[in-house]
Amino acid sequence: MTTADVVGPGAAPPPVEEELATGLAGVWQRAWLNLRTGNLGPLPIIVGEVVVVILFGFTATNFFTAVNFVNLITQTAGTAMLAFGVVFVLLLGEIDLSIGYVAGIGALIVAELQLPGSGHQVPGILAMVIAVAACAGIGLLQGSIIAFVGVPSFVVTLGGFLIWQGLILNVLEQRGTIIIQDRWINYTDSYLFSHAAGYLIAAIFTSLYPLSILYKTLVARGTTIAQQNWAAVGAKAAGIAVAAFGTVAICNHGRVISQLQGLPLAGVIVVLFFVLLTFLAKWTTFGRHVYAVGGNAEAARRAGISVPRIRVLVFMISGATAGIGGIIFAAQVNSVALTFPPGNLLLNAIASAVIGGVSLFGGRGEVRGALLGALLIGTLQNGLNTLSISNGWIYIVTGGVLLFAVTLDTFVVRLQKRSGR
Amino acid sequence: MANDTPLLELRDISKSFGSVQALVDVDFEVRPGEVMALVGDNGAGKSTLIKCIAGTHMADGGRILFEGHDVSIHGPKDAARLGIEVVYQDLALCDNLDVVQNMFLGREVNKLQVLNEAAMEEKTSSTLSTLAVTTIRSVRQTVATLSGGQRQSVAVARAVMWNSKVVILDEPTAALGVAQTEQVLALVRRLGEQGLGVVIISHNLHDVFETADRITVLRLGRNVGVYERRTTSQQAVVEAITAGRPIKVSGIPAEAPV
Repeated sequence: MTTADVVGPGAAPPPVEEELATGLAGVWQRAWLNLRTGNLGPLPIIVGEVVVVILFGFTATNFFTAVNFVNLITQTAGTAMLAFGVVFVLLLGEIDLSIGYVAGIGALIVAELQLPGSGHQVPGILAMVIAVAACAGIGLLQGSIIAFVGVPSFVVTLGGFLIWQGLILNVLEQRGTIIIQDRWINYTDSYLFSHAAGYLIAAIFTSLYPLSILYKTLVARGTTIAQQNWAAVGAKAAGIAVAAFGTVAICNHGRVISQLQGLPLAGVIVVLFFVLLTFLAKWTTFGRHVYAVGGNAEAARRAGISVPRIRVLVFMISGATAGIGGIIFAAQVNSVALTFPPGNLLLNAIASAVIGGVSLFGGRGEVRGALLGALLIGTLQNGLNTLSISNGWIYIVTGGVLLFAVTLDTFVVRLQKRSGR
Repeated sequence: MANDTPLLELRDISKSFGSVQALVDVDFEVRPGEVMALVGDNGAGKSTLIKCIAGTHMADGGRILFEGHDVSIHGPKDAARLGIEVVYQDLALCDNLDVVQNMFLGREVNKLQVLNEAAMEEKTSSTLSTLAVTTIRSVRQTVATLSGGQRQSVAVARAVMWNSKVVILDEPTAALGVAQTEQVLALVRRLGEQGLGVVIISHNLHDVFETADRITVLRLGRNVGVYERRTTSQQAVVEAITAGRPIKVSGIPAEAPV
């Protein structure tokens, strides 16, 4: 994590970074250096998550069960999808307030298109593709107004917030609840993989990180680029493996009325998009340009980057991820009703990204932050629910955690600045 | 070191904004391996002239010759294609990106949109070492952590990395301390030694006399003189800046700088 603050001309040169040893000694040295300079990365939020899990594990009787773990994944999936889009929008230093109701539009479209006997029924998978494309289209529309006309994103997406909400109200007030019967659409939330398939999926995702390192090493072969620290790579790979196989093992352990549970598809969809969007942000020219526009739009423009094109594409991503999240939410209750979107979806999604360390001012943050943030918020709300605590208190606690996370981040940034990072 | 055919030559350039004549029949040239300073008081037309070269403005009249051939520059892309790069005063760096990312901003090495970080990192390191920029410890640190002089070095290195032939520096030392100014001026001299045509715009005559081979003085949008640094004094240049009479300078600089 780095600071985006300007170090003025004439500022003291950065302190000399110590040469880092290779191997295991280097890992500890780097960890200590990062800790001292406030370069904490995702550490605070992972610690927070562990604390929350332990806390609820002791206080709530139904929290520490495999079934609840599966529930937690499916409940968090939709919010995490929306939060992924929020990361890209925030990286530009923009905001998208419409995603909650864009998710609603996505859900409404699949519900309408799968309706038997409606005359326009299409297969569930096609309905989902159309819905996500339509939501990306909404992003295209909103993004174009922002990028080409120059209306602030806050205003455009606030308008979208009201317009899409109004559209949903108009349709559903007339029609009432639309039940979703299509198997494939409902699978996005409720499908559980067999135990063997779950482990296979864990193995595939676990292999991605070592493969990416292998690729980087091959590309850097024959150059003078510093080699990877293999001990650090190994530690991170082991951590990912434990998380992936641990998740599947717990899911497989669940049992509802003697029926075995397994890894939910919703979780796999979220991790799949996490991998895809991380690749997009960190490995492609598009991702690089998103960070550049967020850091200094004028510099990006002068470097020949089409700033409006980047803005429009980012709002399309935001629309599409909202659509996918909306479908998952609709599948959770097998219907779309006037109560959609559930809870404080928009604010939960934005809070997830912000808790995950994505700056509101652009240029700083990572896709994984959204996943970790959504998981923390999801765990909190799930745990408080199992304790039968009122909704009011759930909001208050979520707000408190958001405030705490951002305050901590502000301190960390100040610490980084002092140590010249 | 320098040869006589100017790399970039401007003849009789005029530019007006409404009724304001910003440039009147201005001549300007820079030879390969030469550092040419462009000086003048506020409003003398320095920035307008640079913008005509960079393609930000179009001259109303006059000719632009590049390596002896007539060229027309309609936009920044035309200028870049010819090998003309401008380092603006506000540097245009992204603070949140690292040195490598800034050096390749907008021109990333990629295959099917997938970045080749290793190639970019290697090219960055070699470019910086060619320019003897040694104070940057890691090309993977963000630009926000660099000092003013280091940031200027990155901006200049980015400009010369693309096989550019003419590099224009707009007030490169305006915001720097003493040590960092020396660092950047040394870098400017090295650019000239490597055969590039360097144009440096500065208010600071000390900097100009430290680096330039020749000095073009503008006053109120007209040429008032071209001086050899070795045969002139700061006082003569100051007089030209404040009270110089318009003259035609085409062909005047007789001796090539050593």
